[in-house]
Amino acid sequence: MIKKTHKSLLVSVGFFVFSLNAYADAYSNKSIATTPHIQTLAASCGACHGSQGNSVGGSSVLAGLDASHFVLQMMAFRNGSRSATVMQRHAKGLTVEEINDLAIYFAQQKRVTALIPPNQRLAE
Amino acid sequence: MAIDRRDFLKIAASTALFSLPMLSKAATQAKGRVVVIGGGYAGATAAKYLRTWSNGGLDVIVVEPRSQFVSCPLSNLVLGGNKDINDLTFGYDLLKSNHGIQWVNDEVVAIDAASRVVKIKQGEITYDRLVIAPGIDFMFEQLPMLQSPEAQAVVPHAWKAGAQTVNLRKQLESMKDGGVFVMSIPKASYRCPPGPYERVCQVAFYFKNYKPHSKIIVLDANAEIISKKGLFTKAWAEMYAGMIDYRPNSSVVDVDVATKMVKTEFETVQANVLNVIPPQRSGKIAQIVGAANVDKRWCEVDFLTYESKVVPNVHIIGDAVSAALPKSAHMATSQARVCANAIVALMSDQAHDTSPVFANTCYSYVSDKMAMHVANVYRYDANKKMMVPAEGGGVSDKPSELEGNYAQAWAKNIWSDVLT
Repeated sequence: MIKKTHKSLLVSVGFFVFSLNAYADAYSNKSIATTPHIQTLAASCGACHGSQGNSVGGSSVLAGLDASHFVLQMMAFRNGSRSATVMQRHAKGLTVEEINDLAIYFAQQKRVTALIPPNQRLAE
Repeated sequence: MAIDRRDFLKIAASTALFSLPMLSKAATQAKGRVVVIGGGYAGATAAKYLRTWSNGGLDVIVVEPRSQFVSCPLSNLVLGGNKDINDLTFGYDLLKSNHGIQWVNDEVVAIDAASRVVKIKQGEITYDRLVIAPGIDFMFEQLPMLQSPEAQAVVPHAWKAGAQTVNLRKQLESMKDGGVFVMSIPKASYRCPPGPYERVCQVAFYFKNYKPHSKIIVLDANAEIISKKGLFTKAWAEMYAGMIDYRPNSSVVDVDVATKMVKTEFETVQANVLNVIPPQRSGKIAQIVGAANVDKRWCEVDFLTYESKVVPNVHIIGDAVSAALPKSAHMATSQARVCANAIVALMSDQAHDTSPVFANTCYSYVSDKMAMHVANVYRYDANKKMMVPAEGGGVSDKPSELEGNYAQAWAKNIWSDVLT
């Protein structure tokens, strides 16, 4: 009941609707500054960095990362002052504005333990 | 007063709340039903994000005949003896339960696009919008002797991961030292441009360690190695010297399944283990619905929404899409998300993104531990009306164990994203 009231309050003042149920909290991780454009771009980082930047390991966790730190690292990848194997390609392909937007987006993502899907025996 | 970037970020973050009115068109909830045909990288991603980004407002039904997800990426490592097929096999339970996706384990037999009905073996499902992620189908009319399941058991393609992969590995294990592995590569475009060349590396790694007198003949219909060419050429020469005989401009025109003899336009080659990767087109469902209008092979779509240019309310994503983009798993997931966001917008009367951007990273393993990448950001070009590579993209300087580790991280994270 509280959830419903809160929802209509947000809608009525024109705020972006927060998903307030548990499933959405855990998996949509919606932030205020998110646009579909940034959602899509940020999600493509997920192949290496995990959903919403919650890496399962082997790559940095971006969820909750300090935004100015994110920007500094990406700019360093971009100008070559931080050496990398692949990140310089992504940093150079993005605009500075996109780097800033991604920094804000990831800073606002909740840091959670990423889920690893369990393996199965091939049944075929 | 001058504001530096740090301050700008702090201010932007704290005032984002008040800059909302521009973003707040999102107040309308997307409602309706989307059916997704195919539970691979593209389809599973589309289903999850349609649910997530509509806040559960959209009903999503996935129709998928297989009960398990088996990853094609990394499946070449099974051939090299560096992974077990079970390492690449997953169920769909977490995906279904975490996102409230309705799941139908069945096969599509027909689509009535005018009435918006999908006909499966068990019955019918109506839709408001349809997403088809059918992967690839093989053009066996060019090699009819490979059409039957029996023939494919003797001459596997192993280009759809699972039993085929295990079959090819078993054949390699049974081959005597000194034998010949022959692999044919179709003319581009096909699923996973670097895949065949990675396969050569993996089989060579296995041979080098266990059957060092064996040979690999690569019959490539293309004029040259079409992905990471310099890197593969060097890896073959340095790591597997003398083992790999690469023959470009060699299209397979005939196969004697019983004797494993393969004919190109110029020669006949005898194999002990024969792997023919047939020419490809978009998966059967895309053909059935009439969406495969590019050379009757691939599907032309609007790159802002992935809606078919031929069949309205039907969206095509993944390998089936006609694009100058590589047919890769990462690409499939990115297309799925652009599509999901566009469908959410379309079904809630909002404007969709008119300038999508996404990144693509693709790793190939040259041995058990060493890998190399090709990576690019892609952005929508309003003139060409398609996604084009942004600047800064390219390939590794050389393969490395460090990149091998990053490739593992890619796999684990993309499986986490697609399947949970």
